[in-house]
Amino acid sequence: MYQLKFDENVCASCATHDCLTRCQYIKLDIEQAKEERRKILLGEDSRVLSECATCYACEEYCPYGNHPFYQIVELQEARGIHPAPKPIEKQQVRMLAPEGKMDYRELSAPVIDMCAFGMFEKFSIQGKLFDGVSTISGNDIFCNLMYLHFAKNSVIKERLPKAVDNIRKYYVEKNKLAEVVCFHDECYATFKSWAPAFGVEVPFKPVHFFEFLLREMRERKGEIRQLPMRVAYQRPCSNRLIPETQPLVDELFELVGAERVQRKYDRENALCCGAVIMTHGRDDLAEDIRKRNIDDMKEAGATACVFNCPYCLVALGEAVAQEGMMPLLMSDLCRLALGEQLKGWGE
Amino acid sequence: MARIIYDALAEIVGKEYVSDRAEELFLYSRDPGTMDPKKPDYVVLPKSVEEVQAILHLANRERIPVVPLGGGLVLSGLSRPLKGGIVLDMKRMNRILDVNEKSRYVVVEAGCSQGMLQAYLNRNYPHLKHSIPDSPPSATIAGNILIHGSGHMSQATGFHSEMLNGLEVVLPTGEVCKIGSCSTTPYWFSRAPLPDLAGLFLGWHGTTGVVTKLAIKLYPNPAKKDVMMFLTENPDYMPDIISKVTGTEMAEDLNVSASQLPDYMEGLQLSLIYVTANTIEEIDFKKRTIRETLRSYINQKEGGFMFVPTIAKGRFIETPLREMTKFADSKKGGGFEYVGAIMPIELFPEAYRKGLEIAAKYETPYSMAVRIIGRAHCMMFAYAYAFNRADDNDRKKAQRALHESNIAALELGGIPWKAEEPAQKLILERMDPETSRLMNRIRAALDPNGIMNPGNWEVK
Ligand SMILES: Cc1cc2nc3c(=O)[nH]c(=O)nc-3n(C[C@H](O)[C@H](O)[C@H](O)COP(=O)(O)OP(=O)(O)OC[C@H]3O[C@@H](n4cnc5c(N)ncnc54)[C@H](O)[C@@H]3O)c2cc1C
Ligand code: SF4
Ligand code: SF4
Repeated sequence: MYQLKFDENVCASCATHDCLTRCQYIKLDIEQAKEERRKILLGEDSRVLSECATCYACEEYCPYGNHPFYQIVELQEARGIHPAPKPIEKQQVRMLAPEGKMDYRELSAPVIDMCAFGMFEKFSIQGKLFDGVSTISGNDIFCNLMYLHFAKNSVIKERLPKAVDNIRKYYVEKNKLAEVVCFHDECYATFKSWAPAFGVEVPFKPVHFFEFLLREMRERKGEIRQLPMRVAYQRPCSNRLIPETQPLVDELFELVGAERVQRKYDRENALCCGAVIMTHGRDDLAEDIRKRNIDDMKEAGATACVFNCPYCLVALGEAVAQEGMMPLLMSDLCRLALGEQLKGWGE
Repeated sequence: MARIIYDALAEIVGKEYVSDRAEELFLYSRDPGTMDPKKPDYVVLPKSVEEVQAILHLANRERIPVVPLGGGLVLSGLSRPLKGGIVLDMKRMNRILDVNEKSRYVVVEAGCSQGMLQAYLNRNYPHLKHSIPDSPPSATIAGNILIHGSGHMSQATGFHSEMLNGLEVVLPTGEVCKIGSCSTTPYWFSRAPLPDLAGLFLGWHGTTGVVTKLAIKLYPNPAKKDVMMFLTENPDYMPDIISKVTGTEMAEDLNVSASQLPDYMEGLQLSLIYVTANTIEEIDFKKRTIRETLRSYINQKEGGFMFVPTIAKGRFIETPLREMTKFADSKKGGGFEYVGAIMPIELFPEAYRKGLEIAAKYETPYSMAVRIIGRAHCMMFAYAYAFNRADDNDRKKAQRALHESNIAALELGGIPWKAEEPAQKLILERMDPETSRLMNRIRAALDPNGIMNPGNWEVK
């Protein structure tokens, strides 16, 4: 059940082994990369299995759409490797377990899937952009993709089909929804990357949150006040699985008149926010990454930082603010352009 | 006769501050714990030392028991009048008398609550603090010190009784006596270098006198505070983890919680390590030092720090922890009690397993909380049971579970803290007979008519 679609023959004839030579966390030359890839293909132990920071980037680096990271995760789990300390892994896996509390609900489109992050609703799903939207959230529709960071692909295989089915049965069909907007980049990535890679069918149309924002903002074009801001963009791990959504960021920035500063660590060279690496107990690396991110934003002259992922915001937002930059989600940026006041966390 | 005594009490404290009304006697007959209610005959709220003295003179004359009461939150029924008589509610004597900023101590009246002192210091001396227990803020400073309580600085500074600088006590026979430096100088700076008579009143559960004033130590209140949360799944690791963390000398407070609820925490031990500092650099250094001392567990993947963003830390950082009080009422109906056994650190694994066993036997979710005392010289290991007071079967079940926990603690080599009357008996049975005889002689000398909280620490 749910076998990874991975073509070993493609690797055999791959000249660059970009998946490993471009890795920002394990330094490998082409020969070493070939050797480690060979071991992985044979299901043998490889230093990659224990040194991988689970940044997902190799999914993007592979020019052939093979799934090097998903394969690493499968092998990590098969070989009993735990990137995070075991008690943390256990607690995290249990904490977001399905609760079996689904019920039919009347919804009006557009419907925003908040995933397991319902608590963000009162901060982020506010203002006129969201007039009339319905939200859905909870463990029973949680995408579970975060367990890639814990080498627990089996948990995703076990829970995701049920979560997808819950969304279909209780929300989409009942309300005849044409699409489901994914608040969290990671949900969209689950539906568009992980699910097809493992053969899980997604019987509805997922829409990226930025696509939704773009639509709504275009409708309100006349109301937009250009924002004279220099903004650093913090790209999350999940976005490596759906690089095709990257242009949405530039389109949104352009629409609101904000300048996306030229960071060293952006786009294909983005760095993890550090939270996952810290959870893995690799604190020195996590601190180094955090510092590199912040220094990079400052050097690029940013006055604000827009996060795609709410978890990255939570992880890095405070440090960003301490350096005098304004931490924002993309929806916050849009709301500022519409002249709305943002609600702070403490309020 | 009852009328005469009532009138005499009214004469001393004023009519508004004495009561023998059924509803009031009902309330003063019980606490939130499992012990059976014991009804007083009178409730009295004195305002001054002189009034306390007059009440004790009356009680001696009429041979009426007197039971001092602070916040009434001890949970083990220690201020229920086991043999009736007067409950002496100290809450009106609640003034904060003096803060000595340089020698860092405060003198308060016995009825001053934790919350009052905390608020007063926050407002007037934000650079100073006292060690706060997690009890609701209406608990009194005196009630907590006198039972050897512990709190948010106990890892660094020991039991709260160790923070006591001096006392003013009305002896059972009515004399006012000062203990510590205040007996000899105008200052309340310490108990040393005099013979330490404070021991006559600490841990005695109000059986040796009525404390009217006390001085406790204050401490610098650093601007920054953080909590680190370390998760493990093997109780056998805990003595070493505790030893390592306390060995850094960088944690102000160290608690371990192990609870079956919420269910994702079942089988796990959560160490809450509190760090304070004046600067970001200092707090980062302390956190890093603590983290690295546990590096071997992290590298072996046997333990790890939870990533908790600042915005989610608030409920773990506040003092007292509201979560504790919420847990105490988790069954609704207001019943809560725990056996807090004081024991050496190395007993953690056995004590933990015993807790699982007892909870399973009584079909209740296990809940254990541990506070490390004085750089791991010992720990307070609590087996907590919330119950519904409106359901007597539930109360009795918790009572039996607590009793079994008391026995288990003693068998392991620990001693139940603020022990209920039945647990006091268990302790006395095991105590060196010369020790219990000495207790008896002291008590007889101080309280010849046996009026002070009789039924407690009763040595046959
Ligand atoms: C949710 C919760 C959390 C708790 N957490 C903690 C904790 O972290 N640390 C801790 O130490 N405790 C804790 N407790 C237990 C308890 O509430 C506290 O120890 C509390 O400080 C006791 O003070 P009190 O004023 O309520 O004492 P009381 O219950 O009023 O009295 C305690 C004993 O002292 C005697 N006494 C009181 N005042 C005098 C006096 N003036 N003279 C002579 N004898 C006197 C009484 O007769 C009685 O024997 C907790 C309780 C709850 C409900
Ligand atoms: S996964 Fe992709 S990049 Fe890596 S070796 Fe195979 S084909 Fe090449
Ligand atoms: S997921 Fe990231 S860290 Fe791991 S191998 Fe791929 S690129 Fe390297």
